Amino acid sequence: MSTYLSEETQVTDAAVSTRLSSLDTLESEAIHIIREVVAEFEKPALLFSGGKDSVVMLHLATKAFWPGKVPFPVLHVDTGHNFPEVIDFRDRTVERLGLKLVVGSVQEFIDRGELAERADGTRNPLQTVPLLDAIQQNKFDAVFGGGRRDEDKARAKERILSLRDEFGQWDPRNQRPELWNLYNGRHTVGQHVRAFPISNWTELDIWRYIERENIELPGLYYAHEREVFARDGMWRAVGEVSQPLPHEEVITKTVRYRTVGDMSCTGAVESDAFTVADVVVEVAASTLTERGATRADDRISEAAMEDRKKDGYF
Amino acid sequence: MTTEALLPGDLETALPTTLFRFATAGSVDDGKSTLVGRLLHDSKAILADTLDAVARTSADRGFGGDKGGIDLALLTDGLRAEREQGITIDVAYRYFATDRRSFILADCPGHVQYTKNTVTGASTADAVVVLIDARKGVLEQTRRHLSVLQLLRVAHVIVAVNKIDLVDFSESVFRDIEADVQQVGRELGLGSDGISDLLVVPVSALDGDNVVERSERTPWYTGPALLEVLETLPAADELESHLESFRFPVQLVIRPQGALAPDAVAAGLDVEAYRDYRAYAGQITEGSVKVGDKVSVLTPGQSPRTTTVAGIDFAGKSLDEAAAPQSVAIRLADEFDVARGDTIAAAGTVREASADLYAALCWLSPKPLREGQKVLVKHGTRTVQALVRSVSGKLDLASFKLEGASSLELNDIGHAQLRLAAPLPLENYLHHRRTGAFLVIDPLDGNTLAAGLVKDHPGDHEDERYSI
Repeated sequence: MSTYLSEETQVTDAAVSTRLSSLDTLESEAIHIIREVVAEFEKPALLFSGGKDSVVMLHLATKAFWPGKVPFPVLHVDTGHNFPEVIDFRDRTVERLGLKLVVGSVQEFIDRGELAERADGTRNPLQTVPLLDAIQQNKFDAVFGGGRRDEDKARAKERILSLRDEFGQWDPRNQRPELWNLYNGRHTVGQHVRAFPISNWTELDIWRYIERENIELPGLYYAHEREVFARDGMWRAVGEVSQPLPHEEVITKTVRYRTVGDMSCTGAVESDAFTVADVVVEVAASTLTERGATRADDRISEAAMEDRKKDGYF
Repeated sequence: MTTEALLPGDLETALPTTLFRFATAGSVDDGKSTLVGRLLHDSKAILADTLDAVARTSADRGFGGDKGGIDLALLTDGLRAEREQGITIDVAYRYFATDRRSFILADCPGHVQYTKNTVTGASTADAVVVLIDARKGVLEQTRRHLSVLQLLRVAHVIVAVNKIDLVDFSESVFRDIEADVQQVGRELGLGSDGISDLLVVPVSALDGDNVVERSERTPWYTGPALLEVLETLPAADELESHLESFRFPVQLVIRPQGALAPDAVAAGLDVEAYRDYRAYAGQITEGSVKVGDKVSVLTPGQSPRTTTVAGIDFAGKSLDEAAAPQSVAIRLADEFDVARGDTIAAAGTVREASADLYAALCWLSPKPLREGQKVLVKHGTRTVQALVRSVSGKLDLASFKLEGASSLELNDIGHAQLRLAAPLPLENYLHHRRTGAFLVIDPLDGNTLAAGLVKDHPGDHEDERYSI
């Protein structure tokens, strides 16, 4: 059996007698959860947007099943307003790992008249319908998400395995207690479970892990020059679906994105963080939450995320 | 990394932060949410936009009166209904970090469902902070909380005597409460059983005394501030990783049979060498394991099979040894048939699997438990059917006495005997916080009915301190 130990394989430092670092503990916890879901569900899928949290999720999945392939497809809900470089990154990643990609398209629903464009042009809240449709069509019974409890007040109350009814709804007042590391994923026909293996990670943990594991991300997470205009106290990129109004002045700035969502509601922040190490320093010193700084859709009300989640959002 | 370049002093500062999980528990109005808000605020875990939103809401509600200020409790009450009603409904998780540690805080509401919430929060906690109002002292609910924490074997219990400012920072008030707490601890065996410890700290959550920094207004208190305590206590993982008894419930078998990860192959993985690769994936629940160690494979219904560990793999790295709570994949020297639900354990350290389960149950469902009921038991990575043979009593959490009972209702803690459809490698929760725990699940709707703690069989030598 020792033939498995090739020359290149490193024997890691025997760091067993000291405590695991917080990143190692979080990684072990996430891998345990990913394996539990794969073992107990018929047909899991992983939500993959090309955003940093979903990229970390996929990286953890490759580690959980090494040297085997990641044993589930990835699901992307395409708003039709994505950054082109993120779609390119998504396709390259899927190719590299030999994964199946399932796409739910907001545009198709709008074209068929099953969804209506919102007055504010934001498409993030419109993702719920295509998401639930893709889950139903593909009979996914567990869907991995990169949601973290530190992102939002409503997410702070989320379980690691979270049951959704036939309508995809979340009932925050009637959740199963979650004890020890025993996850109860039992569900009936029509119900499905959302699994959040990185629930306990913070934004800074994510970035430290990306740095440590040398994980590739779409380039817009790092500082770059871009034509932007100011709206709602954020820098919005000029693009096909994100046009400045006559009074909004377009300027070129060095910016980066802290979250990568729909182009119509995700703002950039001014930044000189050109490398992952720069970003770690920047995030550690930040005085604003990532959603507060860059998501127009979460500024609608104090319970914006809770309301979207109850309807079946990520 | 070159180790010779590091001096012991350098290592001290170069060490990465470790993770520490703690929960808070308290009665209504003892200022628990305020304490949590204070910890987050003073450790600078609250970012400016969150604080602005809380300040706006505080002002809208006229919080603080002439003092102005913000309602720190709003930082933790996340759901619409919670903010509207001014109560905490569900356990909320919060995150903050110091230079030494990253903290995960489970904020457990103290009202009606306190047992359910406290049991949930305490099940994963390294420490629990119990709040007492200095004006009220030890209440019946304090006794209940401490009783639950003793039952769940929480390693560190810290009692924060809050609102010490409202008793004029009186030492005698604090000392009386401290003596009462220690008395309850003695009755329960908390802090004197070698498993847990019990600390008492005077604080004012509203003003921040002894929360993050030691207060000058309590000169008679010479102990550490609450955050200092949390930064220095050993975590449960650390204690469990040193146990002799290696335990590894198998989650799944990794056997790619040619379906190797394309990225690993692209990076130079030897396809031929991995053609027949077979390893058992799981998370070590306690103890540690080395390559070459003798282990037993426990499969329900079969006698233990002994072999040795041929390799420990983790994502392309081969490890010499691994310890709790690492997730790894283990290769065995013999080609046994091993599947999900089996346990790999240090050879000769596990008693025979049993289909008779004696347990303490914390009942978490509005549906009561009845004798003769059929349920599911989830233990480690295995779920089996079970029949509730008998309920032999329930605990009066205030007097710590067992009362006769034939059913259990929401928030009750009682004793029951179950007959399992297949034998499981059950271990006493007293010594094995992971392999001694199980869930009781409703086979009809799949909901979690109870948290179960395995007890020894009657007749086995039972630890006197483990009264329930």
